[in-house]
Amino acid sequence: MNKILAKKELCEKIHQFKIEAPHLVKKAKAGQFVILKENEAGERVPMSIGGLDKENGVLTVVIQEVGKTSASMNRMKVGDSFSDVVGPLGIPTHIEKFGNAVCIGGGVGIPPIYPIAQTLKAAGNHVTTIIGARTKGLLIYQDELSEASDQLLISTDDGSFGTHGFVTTILQKMIDDGEKIDFVMAIGPVPMMKAVVNTTREPKIKTFVSLNPIMVDGTGMCGACRVTVGGKTQFACVDGPDFDGHEVDFDEMTKRLKMYVKYEKKSYDKFLEDEHCRLKKQIENTK
Amino acid sequence: MAPQKKEPISKKERLQIPRQVMPQQDPKERIKNFNEVPYGLPTEMAQTEAMRCIECKKPLCIDGCPVEVDIPGFIKLVVDGDFIGAAKKIKETNALPAICGRVCPQEEQCEKVCVLTKKHTPVAIGYLERFVADYEREQGEIEIPELPPPTGKKVAIVGSGPAGLTVAADLAKMGHKVVIYEALHKAGGVLIYGIPEFRLPKSIVAAEVNYLEKMGVEIHTSFVVGKLDTVDELFEAGFDAVFIGTGAGLPNFMRIEGENLNGIYSANEFLTRSNLMRAYDFPEADTPIFVGENVAVLGGGNTAMDSVRTSLRLGAKNAYIIYRRSRNEMPARIEEIHHAEEEGVQFNFLTSPIKYYGDDNGWVKKMECVKYELGEPDASGRRRPVMIEGSNFTIPIDTVVVAIGNSSNPLIPQTTPGLETNKWGNITVDEKTMMTSRPGLFAGGDIVTGGATVILAAGAGKVAARAIHKYVMGITFDEGEKDKEGEKAKQA
Repeated sequence: MNKILAKKELCEKIHQFKIEAPHLVKKAKAGQFVILKENEAGERVPMSIGGLDKENGVLTVVIQEVGKTSASMNRMKVGDSFSDVVGPLGIPTHIEKFGNAVCIGGGVGIPPIYPIAQTLKAAGNHVTTIIGARTKGLLIYQDELSEASDQLLISTDDGSFGTHGFVTTILQKMIDDGEKIDFVMAIGPVPMMKAVVNTTREPKIKTFVSLNPIMVDGTGMCGACRVTVGGKTQFACVDGPDFDGHEVDFDEMTKRLKMYVKYEKKSYDKFLEDEHCRLKKQIENTK
Repeated sequence: MAPQKKEPISKKERLQIPRQVMPQQDPKERIKNFNEVPYGLPTEMAQTEAMRCIECKKPLCIDGCPVEVDIPGFIKLVVDGDFIGAAKKIKETNALPAICGRVCPQEEQCEKVCVLTKKHTPVAIGYLERFVADYEREQGEIEIPELPPPTGKKVAIVGSGPAGLTVAADLAKMGHKVVIYEALHKAGGVLIYGIPEFRLPKSIVAAEVNYLEKMGVEIHTSFVVGKLDTVDELFEAGFDAVFIGTGAGLPNFMRIEGENLNGIYSANEFLTRSNLMRAYDFPEADTPIFVGENVAVLGGGNTAMDSVRTSLRLGAKNAYIIYRRSRNEMPARIEEIHHAEEEGVQFNFLTSPIKYYGDDNGWVKKMECVKYELGEPDASGRRRPVMIEGSNFTIPIDTVVVAIGNSSNPLIPQTTPGLETNKWGNITVDEKTMMTSRPGLFAGGDIVTGGATVILAAGAGKVAARAIHKYVMGITFDEGEKDKEGEKAKQA
């Protein structure tokens, strides 16, 4: 059992949780992930690490509501506990002094960029972080990332804040301007990661991506998280989650991520309906 | 009504009693549910079956048992109507009788060497083991044995499958403090995530795990050794010995084209979703599972049978076993093959897929196979399948379960310096003691042998427990015993 110590709504449907997990936090390194399970009947869901408070043993996880499990987790309150927080899983991000490092995050891929940017900076890199969102209201982790990076650049699809365009608009401009980039780390939705590696392929910039496919156990036992990297099948949970972005078969990954869409919808609809009924009853009872 | 003692009868009369047939769920009904298939023997039948034991002077059955159960001893107690006594007798050497009574391949072990086997049918030892374990549990009379005073020694066990649970039980009985670390959220290992409810109800595993906890064994779930604490950190934390029983947790795939299409599962994933995560109860349980109309399960072992029978219960119209060799080479228990046949599983022998075809959304739709014929025997002694050129054919398929075995999980070897493994990544051990290349670090079960059975893992656990006891107590290994244990380990 891991208790929720604090909870904050970062934007619509995205919540940040501070979870008590001293042993895990002591061992965890940037780039690793955890598996959360809410209760007995709950799913095991892999989640990125959105911050490690080593001093107080507190794990930060950011959850976006996309289906039943995430919706239910986002309704948990301070003082509630996850039945299981498993980890740290996966291989930590390979960090060395590359020189100029660019960290790119999109959506709930932004939080895991934070500990990686911190570690890259601590290793002596000049860290530029680029984050992007559809619109200004969906931008998260600006304070954390401006503190962790030498420079923070922001894009919005609708131009409501920062550069009008995508994270790759900014990245492409850096490349066009002749800025020296030695290492790129990109975490976000598959189309974003795919766009980033397509941008860095030609100039041959070393680019790593962190993959978050469907998993069950997270320790190599089930093979649900198969991804094709360089023509070979890899298990994201034990061989990753970081892979050379230029070698990843993103199209296959996109299809695999959709494997349970029908089921997820059924489950989510049922959850929302049940919730609706519950709320209606509550209102009736208070009348 | 209290159980009655049966009046003694002559050996001749005993030989005339036919082997009792265990009642079971009708195949047509059972493919619609996950309830256990065989019901177990009713008391009267169990005692009748027990009377078939002729109490031979030199019983061979005990040597046939990897965990050395005093089989004639417990059977005599069944005849006497002392079922609780019989359960205690088994538990002197086997902490998991309700499990072993169900999933052991008795026909290859104790029942194979039963004196009656030659001229008659063997005593149904497995049925009787299950009977007494179930009786004890249902009576609510599970008592823990009297434990010796604590030795002050601490042993960590990594993995709570059959090997780990056996080591834990044996060491706890010797007065050692035992702590089990389990990576998944529930204890039991393959007994919980792998073997389906209809073959081994989860409540039975839970009861046997609970029995260990009553003996003072501490269990930490969701604890991934190698990631949270390494083996070395466990030693630093004060453990006098560590046992690794992490199983063969890295599923093999065939590495053929299209294998990452949606709808293609490893057996581990398919069974874990259905069993551990209870996907059969979706959406009441949150984890989904996809089973289409035409399901192909690749492989001929017990895991393949478990998968194919699970797929029927989850709605498959056609459930196929696709096996590269012939019926005779199938490693699955005869009983399991028989159950699968009764349930309508279609067997395709001497067949293997070479390629999958998918639709635009990445879902598997077709499977191209080739036929094989049997050639000369290979290293395993089984006749080697040889591909027949030009025998290609395709079948429509929308779900595939790959049940062709496991490799060893690299998590522990990777994070334990000095731990030697063989070319397959299995941990190498001294067969006499199950000690690894690292002093005080022991291993057993599938992580050492590669994919095997529950009882062989338990047997390895028994050998390891004895050696661990000696190691932590500073007792040197006795030569004679060493050899005997070596033999046992070899069998395992």
